[in-house]
Amino acid sequence: MQTFRFDLCELPEETKGLRNDVRQFLARELADVPAHLRALTWSGSDPAFSRKMAAQGWIGMTWPKQYGGHERSAFDRYVVIEEMLAAGAPVGSHWIGDRQSGPLLLRFGTEEQRQLILPKVAKGECFLCIGMSEPDSGSDLAATRTRADKVEGGYKVNGTKLWTSGAHRAHYMIALFRTHSDPQNKHAGLTQFLVDLKTPGITIRPIRDLTGHAHFNEVVFEDVFVPDAMLVGSEGSGWGQVTAELAYERSGPERYLSSFILLVELIRRLEQEGGSEAEAEIGRLVAHLVTLRQMSLSVAGMLEAGENPALEASVVKDLGAIYEQDMALKAHEMIGAMPAMGDGDAFENVMGQITQISPSFSLRGGTREILRGIIARGLGLR
Amino acid sequence: MNEFQTILADSVARLMGHEVDRHLLEAAETGAFPDKLWAALEANGLTRILVPEAMGGTGGTWSDARIVLSAAGKASAPGPIAETLVAGFLLAQAGITPPEGPLTLIEGELTLANGTLSGTAKHVPWARAATHGVAMVSRHGASQVLLVPLGESRAGEADNIAREPRDSLTFGNVAVQAAATALPENALRLYGALARACQMAGALDYLTTQSVAYANERSQFGKPIGKFQAIQQQLAVLSTQAAAAGMAASYGCASADKAGEGHDPAFEIAIAKIRADDAAGIATSIAHQVHGAIGFTYEHALHFATRRLWAWRAEYGAGREWAKWLGAGVIARGADNLWSDVTAR
Repeated sequence: MQTFRFDLCELPEETKGLRNDVRQFLARELADVPAHLRALTWSGSDPAFSRKMAAQGWIGMTWPKQYGGHERSAFDRYVVIEEMLAAGAPVGSHWIGDRQSGPLLLRFGTEEQRQLILPKVAKGECFLCIGMSEPDSGSDLAATRTRADKVEGGYKVNGTKLWTSGAHRAHYMIALFRTHSDPQNKHAGLTQFLVDLKTPGITIRPIRDLTGHAHFNEVVFEDVFVPDAMLVGSEGSGWGQVTAELAYERSGPERYLSSFILLVELIRRLEQEGGSEAEAEIGRLVAHLVTLRQMSLSVAGMLEAGENPALEASVVKDLGAIYEQDMALKAHEMIGAMPAMGDGDAFENVMGQITQISPSFSLRGGTREILRGIIARGLGLR
Repeated sequence: MNEFQTILADSVARLMGHEVDRHLLEAAETGAFPDKLWAALEANGLTRILVPEAMGGTGGTWSDARIVLSAAGKASAPGPIAETLVAGFLLAQAGITPPEGPLTLIEGELTLANGTLSGTAKHVPWARAATHGVAMVSRHGASQVLLVPLGESRAGEADNIAREPRDSLTFGNVAVQAAATALPENALRLYGALARACQMAGALDYLTTQSVAYANERSQFGKPIGKFQAIQQQLAVLSTQAAAAGMAASYGCASADKAGEGHDPAFEIAIAKIRADDAAGIATSIAHQVHGAIGFTYEHALHFATRRLWAWRAEYGAGREWAKWLGAGVIARGADNLWSDVTAR
């Protein structure tokens, strides 16, 4: 039986100065942002904020300098992003490019693709989205049907991507298309492409979510031409490349900090109201927070060491999503205040925000059931 | 884990596999002290890991002790292993050389006057088998560690629900060896909680391994029940709870290893016990559900681990006690200090 490995990983002492710099920057930049907007964390977008972060050298931190990166350690990057998330900075614009697409292109992309994209991402001027889900392909990603058919000099793409976060504000999409159909092996024949979203034939339609805002989109491809040069990695290797991406996507601090602003406002409320019944519940929430942070750091340490902690990343994401989602219920049980849409006090407004967006915490980046299936496979049950 | 710890983990696992079997577990539940296991632990220096070499110990760290305690918890090993480790630690910290043999920890209504101890203590682990126990008293904020000969003080025998001895003691002016220490006045409860958290992490590991093995061998509806998604999802939850408890125990021990030099490990130790307690509730329930009726029999070994988890989660402070302490501190520090406090540690 394969068991999980969670060794302690301590952040290097030299990250302390960086942490202070980030805090000072955030205190300045977020001074006027109300708590319920900070509660959006990485769902909140602000291109101007992304450019300011880039000017500090905090996007593409670990990338080689030749691609606009800063050649910092993964731990430096970890400190920056956990500070951003804990403060509720609107990091959504550059989030996907910095976390996922940049590393993907560094690993599998061509020199031309890297030169085209990475320096602009690192400057906060180019945003990416990820085209994976489709109308008939959600958790069952290998059921991808959007076709990329070989034509002279490139591919012709037809189909629809769905639930694509940030597509309406992104410049490029890393898309998973089917280049070959084999009913016997649907994991084969998938290929990743770097798609310029200005290409004719692409229609992006924002979809309002239950909060009334549009974060995700339907993206329709009608005879869209994608040049050969924009194929990422190798044809037919899309499944393996996507799987490799997911360890980065599933273990970061964004997987347990989505409700952190609510915890802060909850404690502020309890400071004012007093009463000792809530103490044990706050203690439990902090104990779980600290444990999740150590688990997330442990995975970061393995990533930095060049290991593949895909299983441990799924563990962090599953536990993290439970934690993030429980927060609104716990806060409701402890306080029972009316959740508000911006016209209440800070706590009520954050309650309104988190209560509404929390169902997405165990959907995005792999549903709870898929993650537990991955964990069960790791345990030797499948 | 460093190289020494990898070797330690292997050798402790081998020792437990060799010494702890069904017969030993059942015998211990009827009151027999596990002499052979204890001799093997002593011969390998494992009962004195937290005692410096100058005092005849092994000179290890809490991170080393975690390996022994988790392996003991995983095997449901009987005997006052955790108590002897913690007692040795407390004595050594106070400059008292620990005596030979199994030791226990004494919490109760105790008063020290003129070098003699009076009072009563309940739920004292394995007091019937130990020659000495360790207690702590404090006066005017100054803590003292006491080495207490148990002699005539044994006042009654009882068991916890894991059938581990938890005896009563009555002291009437018993002469003790006392020494001042820099440890906090709740150090016995604190490090007792850390030791239990480590044992619980091991027992939770066992629940994962055992439940997965059972799900793969038990067939219903024509296939192993582990092939059903409903079971797989439950076992995934069990395993993640065990992983979280293990992480929290490691973090607690690493913090204990930094104690002194302006570092107070109580925050991380409280977290270790809280997380183990929360994991135990979820994990024992899933393990039993997956095992069905056979897991509810005395014949099946599952209960040796689940009953220990149910007892241990309440010993040296239940999760709720530590959570209340932790939460009160967090609220008193204020909302805006939470993140900087968490990241400064």
